[in-house]
This record gives sequence, structure tokens and C-alpha cells, in this order.
Amino acid sequence: MKAAATSAPASTLLVRKQITVKAPPARAFRIFTEKHGSWWPLATHHTGAVDAVDAVIEPRVGGRWYEKGVDGSECEWGRVQAWEPPSRLVLVWQTGADWKFDPNLHTEVEIRFDPTTEGHTLLTLEHRHLEAFGEAAPAMQAAFESEQGWSGLLAIFAAAAGAETA
Amino acid sequence: MSARPAAASDRAFAALADPTRRRVFERLRAGPLPVARIAEGMPVSRPAVSQHLKVLKEAGLVTERPEGTRNVYSIDPKGLAPLRRWLNEMWDEALDAFARAVEEEGDGEE
Repeated sequence: MKAAATSAPASTLLVRKQITVKAPPARAFRIFTEKHGSWWPLATHHTGAVDAVDAVIEPRVGGRWYEKGVDGSECEWGRVQAWEPPSRLVLVWQTGADWKFDPNLHTEVEIRFDPTTEGHTLLTLEHRHLEAFGEAAPAMQAAFESEQGWSGLLAIFAAAAGAETA
Repeated sequence: MSARPAAASDRAFAALADPTRRRVFERLRAGPLPVARIAEGMPVSRPAVSQHLKVLKEAGLVTERPEGTRNVYSIDPKGLAPLRRWLNEMWDEALDAFARAVEEEGDGEE
């Protein structure tokens, strides 16, 4: 099993992340998807009006990607575009920088789970087609200007990062 | 980290709030184009399109380079810097949380 050497063309219109996790790909994939809500930082990363209690990735192409609120409400985040356990998952991300679902926003998040020689998993995440955020520009502008928006978000990120290490 | 995004970013998104200007910008999504091609089928005149391009350029969203006798415009990816910063931080935090969850789960299994 060799990691595919085909990388996307170098582009600043994508964000790329790599992290090694201490589990073989099959288990990493399972935790990423089946237990999505158990690890996703719901306190800061959610779109609903009420607090989120769970996040779900439905295990099939075309499946929904959504959060569940404390009041039982569900808020869409996007959907499953490719479902290839244990090695690859592609999600359509339709959440703007204002943490609102936008059906017209179509960005792609590809997550690859490649085995390492130690029996662990090298996870590679690419969030692509960021230019699509340009179409959501008016909402983005509001996000910039709102306290709950962009600047507020960055503050929340910083605070949450500090709290989580405690 | 908690500072407001740079004023340049605000200008970028303000520039895109104009619907016609946004259409001009979107024309460039597929790749660089000269003004004449950008103006094709647009409801405004070519000088108006040029004016929109000027605003987009000043906002750091497009770049311009001469090619023969014409100017070719393309999207300047640097205009997306604040967005990239947001996504970078979001995914860093999410993936760190994921890695911790995998380790914790590993303690119970195997």
C-alpha cells in the first residue's frame, strides 16, 4: 500500500493539513466518521442557534453532514461526496465564515488516511475551492463586521485553544 | 489572534459586496482573462468593467499583467488570506481534537 504521490496542483486556494494519529487507518476512519460528534469541537465549531450536542456524517455517498442541537434541531453542514473506507473521505463543506449553512457554497474537504510504517495513520486534509467563498461575499462581509463573526471567532479560537490544553 | 482582520481584508469583502463587481470577479474563477473577454455578455460597458477591475485590484483581489497590447487579469489568491487563516485555525483545532480522541480510544482497545 503506497500513498498516492499525486498531489493537487500547488494552490493558495486550498488549505492543507497533515497529522499523524496513533491508530491504523481503519480505526482512524471509523472514529473520524462514526464518532464524529465525540471529538469535533462542538463548543466553538457549530452553526445552529442552540448549543450542539452531536455531529453526524452519514456513512454513504450523498449522506448528510449535520449537527444536532440540544433542542433536537438539526443543522446542515454539507454532505458526503466520496465514501471510501478506510482510506478516503470527501465532504462538501457549505458553511460560511459566519458559521451559517449556505446551500450555494460548495467547497470540498478531502481527508485521506494513509498507513505509516509504524502502523499508525497519516491523515491529510485538504479544504479546496476556497474561491467559492467569494460568492458568499456579502455574508462574509457581515461576518467580518460582527462581533460574533470573524473577529469574534478568532478570539473564541484563541480562548478555546488555551482552555483545552488545561 | 483576537485582533480584527487587516483593513485590507475588509476592503476586499466590501469590494465583493457589489453584485456587478462580484460577477466580474467570478469571471476570473476559471483562469486569467483580458478585459474584452471579461466584458462579454456583461450588462455594463467595457469602461465600467475596467473600473470594477480597478477597484478589485486596489482591494487586493485581482492582479493585472500586460500581455502584448492588452492587460490580462487574474484572481490574486493573497486576497483570501484571512479566510485561509480562519480555516487553518479551525482545522488545526479540529484535527488536534481528533488525534486526542484516537489516542484516548486506543487506551481502551487493543
